[in-house]
Amino acid sequence: MTAHSFALPVIIFTTFWGLVGIAGPWFVPKGPNRGVIITMLVATAVCCYLFWLIAILAQLNPLFGPQLKNETIWYVRFLWE
Amino acid sequence: MGSMFRSEEVALVQLFLPTAAAYTCVSRLGELGLVEFRDLNASVSAFQRRFVVDVRRCEELEKTFTFLQEEVRRAGLVLPPPKGRLPAPPPRDLLRIQEETERLAQELRDVRGNQQALRAQLHQLQLHAAVLRQGHEPQGEPATWMTFLISYWGEQIGQKIRKITDCFHCHVFPFLQQEEARLGALQQLQQQSQELQEVLGETERFLSQVLGRVLQLLPPGQVQVHKMKAVYLALNQCSVSTTHKCLIAEAWCSVRDLPALQEALRDSSMEEGVSAVAHRIPCRDMPPTLIRTNRFTASFQGIVDAYGVGRYQEVNPAPYTIITFPFLFAVMFGDVGHGLLMFLFALAMVLAENRPAVKAAQNEIWQTFFRGRYLLLLMGLFSIYTGFIYNECFSRATSIFPSGWSVAAMANQSGWSDAFLAQHTMLTLDPNVTGVFLGPYPFGIDPIWSLAANHLSFLNSFKMKMSVILGVVHMAFGVVLGVFNHVHFGQRHRLLLETLPELTFLLGLFGYLVFLVIYKWLCVWAARAASAPSILIHFINMFLFSHSPSNRLLYPRQEVVQATLVVLALAMVPILLLGTPLHLLHRHRRRLRRRPADRQEENKAGLLDLPDASVNGWSSDEEKAGGLDDEEEAELVPSEVLMHQAIHTIEFCLGCVSNTASYLRLWALSLAHAQLSEVLWAMVMRIGLGLGREVGVAAVVLVPIFAAFAVMTVAILLVMEGLSAFLHALRLHWVEFQNKFYSGTGYKLSPFTFAATDD
Repeated sequence: MTAHSFALPVIIFTTFWGLVGIAGPWFVPKGPNRGVIITMLVATAVCCYLFWLIAILAQLNPLFGPQLKNETIWYVRFLWE
Repeated sequence: MGSMFRSEEVALVQLFLPTAAAYTCVSRLGELGLVEFRDLNASVSAFQRRFVVDVRRCEELEKTFTFLQEEVRRAGLVLPPPKGRLPAPPPRDLLRIQEETERLAQELRDVRGNQQALRAQLHQLQLHAAVLRQGHEPQGEPATWMTFLISYWGEQIGQKIRKITDCFHCHVFPFLQQEEARLGALQQLQQQSQELQEVLGETERFLSQVLGRVLQLLPPGQVQVHKMKAVYLALNQCSVSTTHKCLIAEAWCSVRDLPALQEALRDSSMEEGVSAVAHRIPCRDMPPTLIRTNRFTASFQGIVDAYGVGRYQEVNPAPYTIITFPFLFAVMFGDVGHGLLMFLFALAMVLAENRPAVKAAQNEIWQTFFRGRYLLLLMGLFSIYTGFIYNECFSRATSIFPSGWSVAAMANQSGWSDAFLAQHTMLTLDPNVTGVFLGPYPFGIDPIWSLAANHLSFLNSFKMKMSVILGVVHMAFGVVLGVFNHVHFGQRHRLLLETLPELTFLLGLFGYLVFLVIYKWLCVWAARAASAPSILIHFINMFLFSHSPSNRLLYPRQEVVQATLVVLALAMVPILLLGTPLHLLHRHRRRLRRRPADRQEENKAGLLDLPDASVNGWSSDEEKAGGLDDEEEAELVPSEVLMHQAIHTIEFCLGCVSNTASYLRLWALSLAHAQLSEVLWAMVMRIGLGLGREVGVAAVVLVPIFAAFAVMTVAILLVMEGLSAFLHALRLHWVEFQNKFYSGTGYKLSPFTFAATDD
């Protein structure tokens, strides 16, 4: 229904998780748990970014489309668009 | 890095405890919980140790305590928990505690005996009175007894009747013929029973007094005697040195705690006017592992330790598990609604964690959930995230952004008139048609797929590929963590001879598979979808060195690249198999050749002359964790090394294949969860929502339907699926991730502490 760009989400999410995983560790206050918190930040950033990236890449060039019931087609066509 | 990266440094210390101060010192050490004593008298039986008499006395005292506790329980009272800090009492106090306890126990026994005797008497009197009363008027007593009136003449019959009644355990009372006599007897009985009841009342008052004293004495007494016994058991583990008039103990202590240890010894022995010392001694045994955790990291360290406590100073998987475990759980559990419920439940537990009512709960299942509250918190949080990516909230998709698929464009361009639609029940959107596919959904799976009949075809492909990618990344990370172990233990040859071949094998084959997946996602378009290359067939042909003409190449020269990678990977196998053993053998032979010249110098140095028990080893930095030293080199057996390496190679190579496939459980469980969730919605809520056109009917019916939906969501989807996903995520960590670098063959430092009794 709406044209979605690919570049914009990539830039936004890369920047966001990059801030969390690369810039975040610099701001962790010194203390006994510094190492653990940095590990957590980096691991979260890597896992979440990777997961999102896989989801968007899988839908980038779809080889087949959704198979819809005629009622759904009618509904979506006239009520969503 | 934080202290969780690997175990802290733990040293063996030798403690010299002068006999006068030994008890106080050990008691103080127990309060601090710093050291783990080693048993120096392992060959001596428990009955022959030095302090066995004291231990025996403590145990007898504990038996008396148990008796008192039982009495308290029988009286229906509850022991109050001990208040305040109660250090182990000095040995001379033991006698006093013993006397008091014995006295109380004796009194209690006497009073109980009296009370029971009095009660029996009272019961007899009441029975007699009841029997007599039966003759006059029926009483309102519940008649479980049958009363017989037996009249007889003659002694012999009387004796026989007595025997019969004794046989049947009957109570026999004389029954006087005249009514006044009976009334008189009744009155007398009533008087007697009244007096008896008064005496009984007094006795019971005295009993409650005694119990009150027991309640005061027992809780602190139990704690103190328990600690005393623990101290004596620890002292029994020390060896006695008569020449120096002191006890020698060996204990494991964290290096960071050594100053505190020395200070504690100094303080407690200063009171007696002697001085106890501790100094570090070298040791050849593997020290215990100590990893300090706080209440947040404790549960994650717990699930790693449940598989196996790490070897001393090997890399600890726990800090990474803090995030990867909830993440892999969430991949299998992904649903915003369910994740939110789990998160809120865990949040409630975390916010209430300091309340005494919560901490004192005894229910084991609740305790299990409570101890894992931070685990659940993170699991719920990640599940919300993966739920948004899977676009599932209680199995319903949300359209945060508008969908990237345009039905109108397809309909307009394919001439889907209303008549056409009426004839065809299922129609497919074709991405080749312009304007139908407008771009990938920016965050997660497009909501149009939740309306599609073939959504599983798309989701399966997506989730399978996702599982393989996550699996290869996780395993490669595991292999890389092994690098830290090799460097720390001074086995740099393993970097070149094991880590590098392992990484090449893993990434060359399965990393290449990931590359194929991503390449296909990026570079194969819908225009030639019918002839799209199949990654599976390419991968199979790669290993078989064969070629399927109908399968289009993904990129030019693909077959050359693939052949190179397979040959490279296969070449890594002999390196893995023979590299390390050959290197070790070579090094061993080199040392053997040098040895005769060095042997003279070693004997002169006499560094093996330490007189104390069980300590005779080298200590140097390279010794720190099990690198081969001269003693062990002499025992290097080539066949053992080769066998070990062969097992490792086979395990790794076959493991690469099977472990990668094992990660497909991420797909399987997330599919199961999604399907269960959808079925629950379709069968329960949708029926409820679709009932009745009148507003009133639907509203009333929805209440029980929603109740059923909620109960089944919690029971099936949260509890059952949650446990299932938890278990599989745990398995992935324990087996697929940790077998790349973790041995888990260590033991924990369990310090001598009274902490278990204090709380």
